[in-house]
Amino acid sequence: MLYKDLVIIGGGPAGLKAAAVAAKAGQKALIIDRFWCLGGQLIKQTHMFFGSEKQYAKTRGFDIANTLIDDINQYRELVDVWVNATVLALYSDKVISIYKDNEYIKIKAKIIIVATGASERVLAFENNDLPGIYGAGSVQTLMNVYGIKPGNKLLMVGSGNIGLIVSYQLMQAGVEVVGIVEASDKISGYKVHASKIKRLGVDILTSTTIKKAIGIDKVEEVILINLDNEWNEIQNTERKIKVDGVCIAVGLIPLTNLLSMAGVEMKYISELGGMVAVTNDLFETSVENVFVCGDASGIEEASSAMVEGMIVGLVATKKLGTEIIDYESQLSDFKNQLNVLRNGPYGSKIRNGLKKLENKLC
Amino acid sequence: MMFEEVINLRIEKHPILNFPQDRKIIFFTFNGTLVQGYEGDTVASALYALGILKLSESIILKRPRGLYCSIGNCSSCHMIVDGVPNVKTCITLLKEGMVVKTQTNKGEINAL
Repeated sequence: MLYKDLVIIGGGPAGLKAAAVAAKAGQKALIIDRFWCLGGQLIKQTHMFFGSEKQYAKTRGFDIANTLIDDINQYRELVDVWVNATVLALYSDKVISIYKDNEYIKIKAKIIIVATGASERVLAFENNDLPGIYGAGSVQTLMNVYGIKPGNKLLMVGSGNIGLIVSYQLMQAGVEVVGIVEASDKISGYKVHASKIKRLGVDILTSTTIKKAIGIDKVEEVILINLDNEWNEIQNTERKIKVDGVCIAVGLIPLTNLLSMAGVEMKYISELGGMVAVTNDLFETSVENVFVCGDASGIEEASSAMVEGMIVGLVATKKLGTEIIDYESQLSDFKNQLNVLRNGPYGSKIRNGLKKLENKLC
Repeated sequence: MMFEEVINLRIEKHPILNFPQDRKIIFFTFNGTLVQGYEGDTVASALYALGILKLSESIILKRPRGLYCSIGNCSSCHMIVDGVPNVKTCITLLKEGMVVKTQTNKGEINAL
């Protein structure tokens, strides 16, 4: 058994920021990530971020990843990084079981930050398991990390921001997008993204969904069908389209398996993407010294994940007994940044979700 | 097994990203056939570049399985790599001489 003060599970925007803030205050930390490099899902984001400059607006996602990794590298003596290391289990006594280099390792930590991110939602339809049917993030990884087209003719399912942005990125990679289907009666992503797609000649079909995929060892055709206002299929509207790929962009689910396993109190909040941990306002769960931040605490943007990571990194460092002179002013600055990000009409879903979560604590 | 046609799904031109075509070539075998990928590929990405989308079969119904998440979440890409079953090939970097096989069961311990 190894003994550590601070272990951060997940080296994406939240985990990297938590480690950077901790290290800046002189706190040692270990980041564990199952992928072969750090950066989480930022490494495949080729688009420029919205928001304010403090969260790297107008910068491409993969460039933000590099900046965050460079920040960590300034503190090599404090921040230890394990990549290709999968956390298999998390126990309430803060023991972590890890698989790394064909070995099982156990660590007992004083404080654990769970920054595991999210997984992609699947959609139920006939033959939805055929090869060539991917999550939208998967398509981005293949194209933007490895330089491989997920096919030559793809259907996009879902018109949220991810569906719209990935459709654009598919076209940048030279893939034909045969159309975007959206089950509801309106496009759910930002208008600026939707207009860009439409200008390039791609139809966004609302009140339409995928009924069935057809193919033997991979998807070859799909059947689309129209839906009425109550989401019922309208008979005789089926049509068949030839594709060699289908991209499912119907949302993300917080990756909370480890938190559940550790006995953390969880609650279902649809606005936050599913089961999330009940926390106090400093992101500490019902299991003392187990914190959560980023998408694992509720689906939001990478920008809010970074700020949450900063808050948790600061709070954890103080809790471990490291003196931080300007703790209060830093904390209020970070909290303020988070509030600014969640302001405005687009933040209402998150605000409602968080309100429901708070009610649980009362 | 022979491949009917040579498929190449590599992106050659991209407005933002640069994927050099002169990267180091890595040879490995897929179900006994010698194939190639590039340094920096995962096992799954190298196979996908060649148009090989079926990586495993579902345990009971033996339905074909390919990539779904590509980031190590979903277990759809489990293959037998160098005799070890249940390897998440979407996050396993390709190495020279790897022996990669389609996995059609839960994985057997005696394969080790």
